[in-house]
Amino acid sequence: MSRPKNQNYKGHGLSKGKERQQRASIRFKTTLMNTLMDVLRHRPGWVEVKDEGEWDFYWCDVSWLRENFDHTYMDEHVRISHFRNHYELTRKNYMVKNLKRFRKQLEREAGKLEAAKCDFFPKTFEMPCEYHLFVEEFRKNPGITWIMKPVARSQGKGIFLFRRLKDIMDWRKDTRSSDDQKDDIPVENYVAQRYIENPYLIGGRKFDLRVYVLVMSYIPLWAWLYRDGFARFSNTRFTLNSIDDQYIHLTNVAVQKTSPDYHPKKGCKWMLQRFRQYLASKHGPEAVETLFRDIDNIFVKSLQSVQKVIISDKHCFELYGYDILIDQDLKPWLLEVNASPSLTASSQEDYELKTCLLEDTLHVVDMEARLTGREKRVGGFDLMWNDGPVSREEGAPDLSGMGNFVTNTHLGCVNDRKKQLRQLFCSLQVQKKASS
Amino acid sequence: MLQEESDLSLIIAQIVQKLKGSNLYSQLERQAWASLQRPEIKLESLKEDIKEFFKISGWEKKLQNAVYSELSVFPLPSHPAAPPEHLKEPLVYMRKAQGSWEKRILKSLNSMCTELSIPLARKRPAGEQKELLNKWNEMGTDEPDLSLFRPVYAPKDFLEVLINLRNPNYENGDSLSFRTHLGLIQVPLKVKDIPELKECFVELGLNIGQLGIDDSTQVPPELFENEHVRIGQKVLAEQDSAAAQQYIRQGSPTALRAELWALILNISSQPEDVLYYEQLKTNVIQHDLLVDSLIYKDVKLTASNDDYYFVFEDYLYQVLLCFSRDTSVLSHFAFNSASPPKSYIRGKLGLEEYAVFYPPNGVIPFHGFSMYVAPLCFLYHEPSKLYQIFREMYVRFFFRLHSISSHPSGIVSLCLLFETLLQTYLPQLFYHLREIGAQPLRISFKWMVRAFSGYLATDQLLLLWDRILGYNSLEILAVLAAAVFAFRAVNLMEVTSLAAAEAVLADLSTLKVMPLLQIFLFATVT
Repeated sequence: MSRPKNQNYKGHGLSKGKERQQRASIRFKTTLMNTLMDVLRHRPGWVEVKDEGEWDFYWCDVSWLRENFDHTYMDEHVRISHFRNHYELTRKNYMVKNLKRFRKQLEREAGKLEAAKCDFFPKTFEMPCEYHLFVEEFRKNPGITWIMKPVARSQGKGIFLFRRLKDIMDWRKDTRSSDDQKDDIPVENYVAQRYIENPYLIGGRKFDLRVYVLVMSYIPLWAWLYRDGFARFSNTRFTLNSIDDQYIHLTNVAVQKTSPDYHPKKGCKWMLQRFRQYLASKHGPEAVETLFRDIDNIFVKSLQSVQKVIISDKHCFELYGYDILIDQDLKPWLLEVNASPSLTASSQEDYELKTCLLEDTLHVVDMEARLTGREKRVGGFDLMWNDGPVSREEGAPDLSGMGNFVTNTHLGCVNDRKKQLRQLFCSLQVQKKASS
Repeated sequence: MLQEESDLSLIIAQIVQKLKGSNLYSQLERQAWASLQRPEIKLESLKEDIKEFFKISGWEKKLQNAVYSELSVFPLPSHPAAPPEHLKEPLVYMRKAQGSWEKRILKSLNSMCTELSIPLARKRPAGEQKELLNKWNEMGTDEPDLSLFRPVYAPKDFLEVLINLRNPNYENGDSLSFRTHLGLIQVPLKVKDIPELKECFVELGLNIGQLGIDDSTQVPPELFENEHVRIGQKVLAEQDSAAAQQYIRQGSPTALRAELWALILNISSQPEDVLYYEQLKTNVIQHDLLVDSLIYKDVKLTASNDDYYFVFEDYLYQVLLCFSRDTSVLSHFAFNSASPPKSYIRGKLGLEEYAVFYPPNGVIPFHGFSMYVAPLCFLYHEPSKLYQIFREMYVRFFFRLHSISSHPSGIVSLCLLFETLLQTYLPQLFYHLREIGAQPLRISFKWMVRAFSGYLATDQLLLLWDRILGYNSLEILAVLAAAVFAFRAVNLMEVTSLAAAEAVLADLSTLKVMPLLQIFLFATVT
């Protein structure tokens, strides 16, 4: 079967159809007991396997991956929900390293202007190895606030803010003393990062954005962006006076849930559509367009920076949760990338978002071999990068960096996924009938 | 002819009187004096030259806007000999009903006061004042013990009062006929029917572009949206209130809405306005009112629990606490059937010299009151501007939703309009609901009292409020309520209890307001 020649289509060599057989049933496995389980169980033709049964699809957790991936044989059609060395992107210290390296490379190849597009990550230093570099930077900017984050923990654990070197010297002493005790407690790696002191506030509260990016392969880079997401608000009002108050500064729902102010009925999330409308009514549509273009840039550059490092196994795909912070100048900053974004729902609306997100993820992964591989949109996912930028218009040439090029991303826009999926699968069926 | 002329001159005289006391007058005076320095102003033709100058410099436009604003708000005088009560409410039985309702509210407030032994007002000690000042921007973090406070009344209590309204001069007769009104409201007020509504809301017609319909993703923006935005920018550049009001009937683009509303309501943030707001803030800091606790409770119960408005909790306190102390609001009672409650200094009950209005602005908040402010937080972020816009919206529109009057935009007329529309155009549905004990008004009342705030998605609500401003009338709320019932008629026909009917209509957050209105008014076979 020859692929029709299509200018837009490059890169990903999915020759489905004859080669991928339609399976009678798809055996899935997962250890997560939340929205994901509901979605998998309701998917027609998917059967759950437990314990040691053979599976075609495994939504695993990262610890299993670490221990078993290297000695698990997978058939061609099998899919697994993580890349072997995803931590190159998701561990803060590795990500910083990769980004810094990529930036240097860009500067060499394309000049300072292009490299400046990578400046979405606040200045970060790995601890303890880059401690001296950190102190130099610290002394250059007296009085600013820094945030110390453990590289591998999540949900806001172990994070604290500081302004004086004295604060971290004490901390250093603590960690060193545990070394002296010669326990087997490994010294945890931390990063010290410049704290963004002028976050954009809504109602006096700080918030960050959670956005979902699905990467189907790294070589070539094939990435999808989900239209929906949410803004997570801190329950208390933002002020720099009390840097010890975790509840003000950390917006993770897990931390907010323990705040004395937290009322579960309140929910501290806004859907992205709401957020986008709010910004548009305050700053106008052009400013919002620029902001969202800059956010797209964050995704692309961060993925490109680890492209050569991550082992791009064709069995792997990964759904990342990006945490983005907006500052008062409407500049987006990357806080971190999560390889296992929380799939537990905190409210009915949240449940629906995550259910649709997971359903569409499974549509894109396409175990049922229904898609042609040339789709630019599947449900709520828009194809963001296909070994090159993807343009919004049908048939328009993919030009990068040109004035009238509009990327095919619709973050925070209307998500009429049900209608789109219906049309998509209908037309796929028609195509199939026609070709058989 | 003579009558019209004398009416006109009466109106002009009233408006001139009103404007003479306003800020604009002193500004114009100052401008006129300053303009004498200009070379083009000549002594021989002083009057014309100054007029010309005003025209060019935009001051005439400001004056026009102010006059237009007065015309929109102030009701036309009926008869020079009519007593002031007639301006508030011409019908005696309505006045009486409002009076006794107010007595009940005040009694409820006073008894809560005595039960909890909290004074209606007290001066804050210096320490408390300082604390409140520090916490001004985050009053939402306060968790005072509000368990003993109850809202003074809820919309359903008010509905019961309206249901029992009767015109003593009107004898309906005991026998039921096809003329009998089957709904809950049993007073004979004139309401529009669909042909009249079509005339009134002509800009919502099928062949006229609308935001909320013709800006959807399937419609290319060149067809309507782009041009509409361009016109909107032009209207803003011209700073013309009347033009803005006409323009907004087709909806306001998101980016222009805040400015357009301010233009229509004739709000421009002058330094005096900011100062006035600061003064109110000082009043809040210095004195604590019982009403404040009611406001806190209302915000905590309603807006704080709303998925979208919880973010603006602090702004709500900053607006509503100041609103209670704003005595300039008292002037709207001239055309409001309600009257501000009076309270007496302790120990001086009945002595008029010791009477004060309580709360200072004369408005006692009820359950859900804060939802009038919440959608505005989406548009305005500067507290004094947000405050001004809310206050103006209140004295132009919102007060009519909780006072008993015969005004066509008053809640009684809206209820009657809703029920009549339903009975006339969806008689089967109306009859069915009535039979199962689910009178439609019992469900739609709360929507109308809150002007749908908290029930519709915010963007849809703002599109609806665009039309309220555009048509200077609240009738559209009743039409929308009827349109919602028409939309869900099929499901409603299958329910067999009030609870089930409520369930069908519990969630309005997915509704698109403008298509519903358009279909109901212009595309239903009547």
